[in-house]
Amino acid sequence: MSIRERLSGNEASAFAMRQINPDVVAAFPITPSTEIPQYFSTFVANGAVDTEFVAVESEHSAMSACIGAEAAGARAMTATSANGLSLMWEMIYIASSLRLPIVMSLVNRAVSGPLNIHNDHSDAMGVRDSGWIMLFSENNQEAYDNLLMAHRIAEHKDVMLPLMVCQDGFITSHSIENIMLEEDSEVKKFVGTYKPEHYLLNRKEPIAVGPLDLQAYLFEHKAQQAKAMKNAKQVILDTAKDFEAWTGRHYGLFEEYKLADSELAIVCMNSTAGTAKYTVDRLREKGIKAGLLKVRVYRPFPAEEIAKALSKCKAVAVLDKSDSLNAAGGALFTDVTSGMFVNNINVPTVNYVYGIGGRDVPSTDIESVYTDLAEIAKTGNIGNPYRYLGLRTKEGK
Amino acid sequence: MAYNMKEIIANKPSRFSEGHRMCAGCGAPVVARHILRALKEEDHAVIANATGCMEVSTFTYPYTAWTDSFIHTAFECAGSTLSGVEAAYKSLKKQGKLDEKEDEHTKFIAFGGDGGTYDIGIQALSGAMERGHNLTYVCYDNGAYMNTGIQRSSATPRFADTTTSPAGKVIPGKMQSRKDLTEILVSHHIPYAAQTIAFMDFRDLYEKAEKAIYTDGPTFLNVFSPCPRGWGYPTEDLMEINKLAVQTCYWPLYEVVDGKYKITYKPAKKLPIEEFLKPQKRFRHMFKEGNEWMIEEFQKEVDRRWNDLLALEEMSNKE
Repeated sequence: MSIRERLSGNEASAFAMRQINPDVVAAFPITPSTEIPQYFSTFVANGAVDTEFVAVESEHSAMSACIGAEAAGARAMTATSANGLSLMWEMIYIASSLRLPIVMSLVNRAVSGPLNIHNDHSDAMGVRDSGWIMLFSENNQEAYDNLLMAHRIAEHKDVMLPLMVCQDGFITSHSIENIMLEEDSEVKKFVGTYKPEHYLLNRKEPIAVGPLDLQAYLFEHKAQQAKAMKNAKQVILDTAKDFEAWTGRHYGLFEEYKLADSELAIVCMNSTAGTAKYTVDRLREKGIKAGLLKVRVYRPFPAEEIAKALSKCKAVAVLDKSDSLNAAGGALFTDVTSGMFVNNINVPTVNYVYGIGGRDVPSTDIESVYTDLAEIAKTGNIGNPYRYLGLRTKEGK
Repeated sequence: MAYNMKEIIANKPSRFSEGHRMCAGCGAPVVARHILRALKEEDHAVIANATGCMEVSTFTYPYTAWTDSFIHTAFECAGSTLSGVEAAYKSLKKQGKLDEKEDEHTKFIAFGGDGGTYDIGIQALSGAMERGHNLTYVCYDNGAYMNTGIQRSSATPRFADTTTSPAGKVIPGKMQSRKDLTEILVSHHIPYAAQTIAFMDFRDLYEKAEKAIYTDGPTFLNVFSPCPRGWGYPTEDLMEINKLAVQTCYWPLYEVVDGKYKITYKPAKKLPIEEFLKPQKRFRHMFKEGNEWMIEEFQKEVDRRWNDLLALEEMSNKE
C-alpha cells in the first residue's frame, strides 16, 4: 500500500536512502543538497539504518570514499550540488571507469563563478560525458522514484555504472509537495541485495583495482564502458516496467505530454516541465497544438527515440538551463538536434538558454516560446537558433 | 619473540612479489615488502596507493605485484579512498555480510610518496586521521616528486637541486626547509605515529610497522626512502645512504605512542651532516668554494630539530 505524505525533494531523497539502507554514505555539506546527509545522519544516529556514515572533509574525499567503499563490496551513496560536484570531478570519471555502481543525489545548482546558490543545470552538464547514468526528476515524487530504481539499474550485470539522480535545487529540493511513498519492506524487496562478483574484501579472491592502463588496453576498456552505457537503456526500461507493476507509476526514457498530435513542442528537463505542462494546458484551451517532451534519461541519451517523438512537429524549442559558452548552443540542444540530423528528421529547432543562476521562469516566458514557435512554423524561418529566455538585456531578444 | 630478520624472511612469504618495475637502488619496494611482512599470516590486507612511482611500477595492467587486495584511485586521495574501504568493512562486518572467521582480520594500509602525502594528499590524510578510521598510512618519503621527474615537494630538504628548484647561478637550489609531517600527524593525537627507515637488520621498520598495523585506530609511519635518480647516488649505496641519514640525525628514528615520545635510536656518535650530503649529487653545489655557509645552515637546522626532539621526549615522559 502506498502512503500519502507531504515532503520536500530533499526529504523524499533522504527517505528513499533510509529505505535503501546503503552500507556506506560519504558526504559533505553544500547548499542546496546539505539536507540529504543531514536527515540521513539522523537516521544513522537513531539506528534506523545499518549504514556507516563517513562525514568527510571535502567532496573530493566523499567520492573517493564512495569509490573505496563500493570497490570493497559495499553499496555506497552520496549527495552533492554545484561546486561540490566540481571538486569531485576527477573522481567522477574514476568511479565510472572502475565500473562501480555508486548512486548519487545531485541537487542541481549553478556552478561558480561568480558564486550563486540557486538552481540551474551547469553542474550536471559539466559531467554529462563522464560515464554516469543521469536521471532527471520533475518533482519530489520523481526524485524519490528514480532513487528507488537507481540500484537495480546501476548494479545490473550488463551495466555496472554509477548513477546520479538530478532534481532542481530549492525549486524541488526545498518545496514541500504531495508524494506517494512505498512501504519499507516493499522497497527492500524491490531494491534487492547487492552481490558484487569481485570485491576488495573478499579474502578468498584478492583483487587489484585501478591500474596504470596504457596504450595496449585503455581503448578497449573505454569501449566496454561505452557498451555498458548503451546497455543501460534497456535496463532502465525494464526496471521502469517492474516499478510500474509495483507502484502503478509509469516511467520511460522521457515523458510525452500532449505531444502525439502537437505542432509546437518544447523539450526540457526537471521542474520547468511542470510550468510547461501548465502552459500547454492553457494553450490547448485556446486551440493551439502545444506539446512537451520532458527528458528523464539524459545519459544514456535516447537520441533516436527523441528524434522520432519530435518528427511530426512543425517547430521545436529545446530549453537549456545551462549555457555551454561555445557560441553554438546548449548541451541538450546539440544532443537533440544531432539526434534529429542522424535520423533524417528535419524539423525547425531553436535553442533557449534560460533560468541561469535561479532566474525565475514564469509561465508567461514559456508561453512566449510557443508564440515564437508558431511564427517559426508559419514562416519556416528560424532566425537566431541560439536564444535567451528571461534575460533582461538586449541579448535576449 | 625476539626479532630475527633471517627467520622472518625465511618463514613469512613476501606479499609484494618480484617482477615489479621500480628502479634498482630505490628504497620504496624494500619498505613496502618489509612492512607487509609485519602482517600476521592469517590476516588479509587491503592496500591503497596514491598515484606515484610505486603505483605505476607495481600495477601496470594486466600485472600486479600485490598479493593482497589493492586499490589505486588518484594522487591526492589514498587517505579518503581507504577510509571508504574501511567504512565498508565496518558496515559489512556489523551486518554479518562478510565471510570472515572470528580470529581472522582485514587490515588497511595506505602507501603514498611525499608528493601524495605531504602535499596534494595532506587534506585527505588529515581527514582520515581525524575521523579515526582503523587504518595505517605509510608515507615513503623520497623528498621530491620523483614519478614526474624530480620536482621539489614540501619534503625536499633545503638547498636540494631538483628540476623545479634547480641550483642556479642566483638561486642555489630549494630555498625552504622541509615540512615536518610527522609532527603534523602527532598533532592529530592519533594513538601511534612514527618515523622509521630500512636500517641495519630492519628491526626498527618491522617493529614500528607491526605496532602501527595492530594498534586500533588511525596510525602513521613516515619512512625515509632514498631515490637513486633524484638524489644521485650509486644504486648499490642505498643502505649506506639510509645509515648516514640516521647517524647524522637528519632522519631521527622515533615513535609517539598516545602522546609519549620515544627516540628509538640515538647514535653513539652523531656524524656531521656533510657525511650525508656528500654522496648525493643533489647537494653537490653545496661543496663548492664559497658555499660553506650552506652546509653550516643545514647543520644548524638538523641540530635544532634533533634537540627539539630530545626535549619533546623528555617533556612527554615526565610523570
